[in-house]
Amino acid sequence: MTVKTITSSAYEWVDERLGLSELAAFARHKTVPVHSQSFWYYWGGITLFLFMVQCFTGVLLLVYYRPGADAYESVRQITVVMNFGWLIRSVHAWSANLMMFSILVHMFSVFFMKAYRKPREFGWLSGMALLGVASVFGFSGYLLPMDELSYFATKVGLEIPTAIPYVGAAIANMLRGGPEVSEFTVQRFFALHVVVLPALFLPLLGFHLWLVQRHGNAAPPSEEAKPATERKSIPFMPNFLRKDLAMWLITLNTLALLASVFPWALGKQFDPLAPAPAGIHPEWYFMSPFEMLKLLGAVLPGEIGEITGILLFSVGILLWVLIPFYDTNKDSGQRGRAAHYFGLLAIFALLATTVIGYWTIR
Amino acid sequence: MSEVTNSGNIVEEPGEQTTRRAFLAAAGTAGVLYAAALAYPIYRYLASPEEMALSATAVTEVTLKDAQKLPAGSVLMFKFGTRPAMLIHHADGRWISMTAVCTHLGCTVQYEPQADRIHCSCHGGVYNAYTGANVSGPPPKPLTLYKVAVNDTGVEVSRT
Repeated sequence: MTVKTITSSAYEWVDERLGLSELAAFARHKTVPVHSQSFWYYWGGITLFLFMVQCFTGVLLLVYYRPGADAYESVRQITVVMNFGWLIRSVHAWSANLMMFSILVHMFSVFFMKAYRKPREFGWLSGMALLGVASVFGFSGYLLPMDELSYFATKVGLEIPTAIPYVGAAIANMLRGGPEVSEFTVQRFFALHVVVLPALFLPLLGFHLWLVQRHGNAAPPSEEAKPATERKSIPFMPNFLRKDLAMWLITLNTLALLASVFPWALGKQFDPLAPAPAGIHPEWYFMSPFEMLKLLGAVLPGEIGEITGILLFSVGILLWVLIPFYDTNKDSGQRGRAAHYFGLLAIFALLATTVIGYWTIR
Repeated sequence: MSEVTNSGNIVEEPGEQTTRRAFLAAAGTAGVLYAAALAYPIYRYLASPEEMALSATAVTEVTLKDAQKLPAGSVLMFKFGTRPAMLIHHADGRWISMTAVCTHLGCTVQYEPQADRIHCSCHGGVYNAYTGANVSGPPPKPLTLYKVAVNDTGVEVSRT
């Protein structure tokens, strides 16, 4: 038997049991639309790649990280003592930020391409759930080094649920593991960050990716309006995949550059008696909601402002999440335009409050 | 394209023309270098404790403070570099020190004062408590002896 016959009979053996040729046939027939907005198709893949980087570097950090009372010391060790530990940690932190960014780009591109419309409602909903889990990933991961900044960021962040009437304080205490941010908080944030959230994220991600295979990439309404003969597409295998991988390489290079040229800092160990350091502010992806609550607090002072803020926020998010159910019109009529303006307003509000937030840091 | 180049242009000056083969070789080399650049920091990161241990095994001498007060017929376990070792004060007053790592499969051995022998519970290896010689059981080699110097402030153990 030659090598060729051995490989082909081995392939047949596996194929008969796993149905590889069906998968291969599916991959051969998969196409991706080509049009002026095709660039935005890469951002889901970039997010996926950054998530894989997070898993990989996360496991590497897990090798030396110790939650609880020892948390700061172990992160100090990773950063200062272990070879290239600073780099692994820096890549994890930078990749988290880039991932939040690429999620937002992906979300807005999906929004403006109207890719949430029938039959892709579940794609939108699972994507929103993934964004939610990713935010909690970011919030919980930020505390784990237990330096000054992470301590105060978590302290402030966990004050927000206390504004919810009746149950707010109980929720905050449950998340904190007591009335104050302490080693108990790190321990449970750690469990959340490395066990609970991945267990939620991975099946959601699988569902999200399966839906993309099932329905294919959505084309923007302007493309949909064209007759089928005028629409262009390229095969996924290997043409689009090759471009996708090229984007991953660019992402990895950008990440490596950022992480090594601007290594993620580790502040002083937290001290529950020390005053908050000057210029403390939330991570950029939490800056906008933080600033909105602050602005609203200035207009409506006291508890009423807090409750109104949380209420307005919940309504806004709900409207955003439920968009596939009230912007269903395939022809770009009045309703389509309303959704478009809603999207533009959301971007404007996010950018404006983020800028104001950074502007007013004291 | 490479076939054409190979058959039609066999005596080709190096660097004169980028052939498909040369391109693939360059791309492959670049890929391997790229992968190596990623793998190197990860390998060094994971190997950090090993490197730290390596500098610890360079230890040639350990001073055990107040160990001169160790009663006769008893043992003191201590770390020589990274590995466990023992200091035995025999009933006859002799001081003996040797590694406590069994030469069979690396368990930590123990001194038994009643039998005046060294025993490994893992697989029943027995060593002589004065010379470290492997007496019975599976151990293939004797335990390494250290030099012992007792003074009024402590005991100094060093490699022979």
